Amino acid sequence: MSYRLIGKDFTPPDLEAKVTGTARFSEDFRADGMAFIRILSSPMPHAQVKDIDLSKAERVPGFLAALTPEEVKQPAPPGQPILSAEPAYVGQPVIAIAAETEQAAEDAIAAVDVELEPLAFCVDPLESLKPGGPNATLGGNISGRGIDYQEVKWTGRDFAVAGDERLPMGNPVVEWNFGDIDKAFSEAAVVVEESIVHASNAHHAMEPRSAAAYWENGKCHVWGSTQSTAFAQPSLATLIGIPPSDLVFFAEFCGGGFGGKAASYPLMALPALMSKKLGGRPCLIRVSRAEEYYNGYARAGFQAWAKMGFRSDGRLIAADVYVVQDLGSTSGFWDFNNVGSATTIVFQPENMRFRAVPVLTNTVPKGAQRGPGENQTANMFEPLLDKAARELGIDRLAIRTINAPGGGGKDAKYGKDQGSVTSAYLREALEKGAERFRWAERAARSGERNGSKVRAVGIGQAYHSAGSNGFDGLVRITPDGVLHIHTGVGNLGTFSYASTSRVSAEVLGYDWDRCVIERGGTARSIPWNLGQFGSNTNFTMTRTNWVAATDAKNKLLAIGAMEMGGEPEDYDLADEHVVARADGSKRMSFADCASKAMALGGGYDGHEVPEEINPLTKAAVAAIAGTGLIGVAKDTLPKDGTVPALAAGFIEIELDLETGKWEILDYVGVADCGTVIHPQGVAAQVRGGAVMGFGLATSERHVYDPAYGRPGARGLYQAKPKTYLDVPVQMGWDAVDEPDPQNPIGAKGIGEPLEGAASSALICAISEALGGHIFNRTPVVTDMIVNVAAGRPQSHKPLQTNCE
Amino acid sequence: MSDVMHDFELYQPASMADALELLDDHGKNAWIVAGGKDSLDWFKDRVMTPPVLVDISGIAELQGIREEADGGLWLGAMTTLTEIAESDLVTAKFPALAEAAGRVASPQIRNVGTLGGNLAQDTRCFYYRDGFPCYRAGGNTCYANTPTAMNREHTLFEASRCVAVTPSDTAPAAVALEAEMVIRNEDGERTVKAEDFFVSPDIDITRMTVLEPGDILIGVRLPGKWAGSSQYFEKVADRNVWDFALVNVAMAAKLEGGRISDARIACGAVQCTPRRLTDVEDLIKGETPDEELETLVARVASSGAKPLNYNHFKVPLMANLAKRAVRSLA
Repeated sequence: MSYRLIGKDFTPPDLEAKVTGTARFSEDFRADGMAFIRILSSPMPHAQVKDIDLSKAERVPGFLAALTPEEVKQPAPPGQPILSAEPAYVGQPVIAIAAETEQAAEDAIAAVDVELEPLAFCVDPLESLKPGGPNATLGGNISGRGIDYQEVKWTGRDFAVAGDERLPMGNPVVEWNFGDIDKAFSEAAVVVEESIVHASNAHHAMEPRSAAAYWENGKCHVWGSTQSTAFAQPSLATLIGIPPSDLVFFAEFCGGGFGGKAASYPLMALPALMSKKLGGRPCLIRVSRAEEYYNGYARAGFQAWAKMGFRSDGRLIAADVYVVQDLGSTSGFWDFNNVGSATTIVFQPENMRFRAVPVLTNTVPKGAQRGPGENQTANMFEPLLDKAARELGIDRLAIRTINAPGGGGKDAKYGKDQGSVTSAYLREALEKGAERFRWAERAARSGERNGSKVRAVGIGQAYHSAGSNGFDGLVRITPDGVLHIHTGVGNLGTFSYASTSRVSAEVLGYDWDRCVIERGGTARSIPWNLGQFGSNTNFTMTRTNWVAATDAKNKLLAIGAMEMGGEPEDYDLADEHVVARADGSKRMSFADCASKAMALGGGYDGHEVPEEINPLTKAAVAAIAGTGLIGVAKDTLPKDGTVPALAAGFIEIELDLETGKWEILDYVGVADCGTVIHPQGVAAQVRGGAVMGFGLATSERHVYDPAYGRPGARGLYQAKPKTYLDVPVQMGWDAVDEPDPQNPIGAKGIGEPLEGAASSALICAISEALGGHIFNRTPVVTDMIVNVAAGRPQSHKPLQTNCE
Repeated sequence: MSDVMHDFELYQPASMADALELLDDHGKNAWIVAGGKDSLDWFKDRVMTPPVLVDISGIAELQGIREEADGGLWLGAMTTLTEIAESDLVTAKFPALAEAAGRVASPQIRNVGTLGGNLAQDTRCFYYRDGFPCYRAGGNTCYANTPTAMNREHTLFEASRCVAVTPSDTAPAAVALEAEMVIRNEDGERTVKAEDFFVSPDIDITRMTVLEPGDILIGVRLPGKWAGSSQYFEKVADRNVWDFALVNVAMAAKLEGGRISDARIACGAVQCTPRRLTDVEDLIKGETPDEELETLVARVASSGAKPLNYNHFKVPLMANLAKRAVRSLA
């Protein structure tokens, strides 16, 4: 299919502001009379607030007001409150104080006398599951999506049988299976069985979650740092305690989120509540880098066990997986479920059992982080494929291609119900990457020594669901003929808010310089869109922009027929005109059509809207009704099956056995993301995902002192995301570029699996450099490599987590 | 984690005389700020809250690099790490120090961070930095040396109640190059050998150097003895940027007729002070560098190490780095 805009590079409209530093983030918002908020956070991993004495704080010059836990809405436990009287991790906000200056606010915080009663705590899920083990919250130790908040303890026998080396496997709270794994294991040519640890790690978004707010005329105005705009509105309004219609929300720029700022979050509501207490006075909370580590979100870690049975040709015929998830101190995210589903789609096991227990710990709350669960799956299980390949004597690429879904995905199975997918080309991604990377040639020289250095190659694969449906699109053609594309998806930094908006321009035949993207806040009349998370934007918002533009197109054709005679079918759109098919001289400009729409009113200019669109979209349309020709519609296009984004990564490294250091010689990432709508966007996702993945694989992790529950990774130099000088300057990228049949332009999501493909490829390459040593632990940190190379045991216990 | 500094008086003297007078006036209440890269974290966290700051960055006398009569160099304490890393003089005469300076932190930090600050910086023990009331902070226990403590980056040697290590990259180079630290206070000037500049916890557990209230490290003199010798520096850290050494090594050596006639070698991040590897020095003097010597070097380099819970990897790493230093002479 040939497109004018789709598949072409362009300059996203927010790029210049970001490059030149003129972009304004939440922390940059200032207003006359602004008050500044600081928080008193818990120094203990688990405690109960017994008494708060503000008398000295109130005497600090500049003190304005304080908020305490009983003044804010408390969610049902183990939800995350804005302020907590039972803090469940070091750094959890307990009290907020506003003052004339930030300095005064901090001085007042220092003057607060708060009496905390320490409570039992744990930073290791397995410790909590032991008989009599500590619960991270007073009400229990188990939670999670679809799981009752409860206490679960395993038996002493469960732990004794497992010993120190193997994951104890007491009763799970999640269990499903398909096929007959016992029979399949009995028929397997090779069975690999490993216990594994995957660390938790921070999101490291460049912009901390600062927020500002004020009240005016009954409306609450909030500046927040979030990946999403429309999707954040209702939940933020709920946190503030107002209907969404009373919230004016600004979120023009977001300095990164990686899932940690998927929508709203409790801290974002704090300035609004403080402002209300101060009679609407503007309030700002500036969140520091350290605070971001203390009370931001993090990826969930796992203690896991997997047993995989392979046929002699490498086909995975049986998979048995058990994961214990570190939920953090709240109900967290459902990474555990995603381990199960990712295993099914990437490896296509013929028979499988999945069991899981998500356990609360007194650590930073866990939120979604790029490929939540799916990328841990890659890091935990891709090395097992290599181990099986070595034992079977087959190529590491071959064992992946024989299992990977491909050919469009007609035979691919997904999830516990073994449902269908909209398209899948992972096998093709592997083949394309292998050719570009010259896998056969490089694999042949893998293991070559050069002094203390070893050259090695690795492959990784990963998955994330990549599309949703049912949201609204909204476009407007104003009397000057300009196309306004209203999008509420948010601006995480991927530029997909812009690339998906171009679909509307494509449908209507617009030149891109005649289009304006209306975005960045509810005041811009944004439709109800899903948030910018979950790699869904490309699929979901190309559909909404397609249906909105199609609605506008139909109205243009109707007006053309109305004005020039005949039926709408007698006309086409060309060069911003409605043009008669039979006579090119019969034409009416879009600008004139917009004026006509305003004269016609009704559905043409937004005074009437489809019943099925979301109330927030209706409110947005109402605000612009009468200002042009309105195209608005709900995405009711067919969708059947899961939309998978898949990726393959190929890496060559040189590892120094004397220092444990490695250098990446080459990396190639290939995305199965449907039609490529923005090549530079895909390239940025491949490269950015890889950089993030290399940190996930080898240096990023949470460390907690188990005796005091205090975190060790509370700054960039301790949490250790990779930097430009740790990664190659050039990295190769490609895409399968096969359209997804359930999207009008064939697009589907991109971003998340590109991290897991890179991280698991690197882990596999390190393993290869060490003669196939399987670490069964992510990240593979320098000291672990040094120890293996020197023939020494590791310092950590096999299943220890949140440790060095 | 407050991120909002406490109130303090800030003085920005333009001369050494003024700076010394200010330090004398305020005694223990004064804190010297050079590049500020170590200080500001302490203040923002409100773990250290000195009431008086003396910013010495405006004192011209503390800047710059110049040649000395003996073929050595004088390095002003306020000379930035970037200036040292990129200096033709330092690179030509003392490449171990140039490389060490070039591996500190990140390019941005090196542009602001100073040689004096890097040498005199406090330890990075995360318990101490977190405000735990440990020995070093004036308390009565070490939180990093318990049966369950996280101490991957802590000592192998010379622990005395405290198990924190020197985090400096330039410090082992200074020791290997027999640098002399020139210190001035209201009473005059004194010179301290690099080896004696760093203080182990059995001498004074609350500080890392001999610097006392009122003292300013004004510069570092690198004697001509090692100028142009065979030198080596290597740092192993998890990241290539903004990461403290797991172990680093610096060596200066002279070869005559293919044999090692003299050598000094020191490692950082293995004890509270830079550790001179005297066993290695004794071993290699008079020897021809070859594989057998490397094996012997590895055998003695980390001998006597007493690892903690999570840092026994430093034993082979230290041995390997010493071996690589000697290998560079072959």
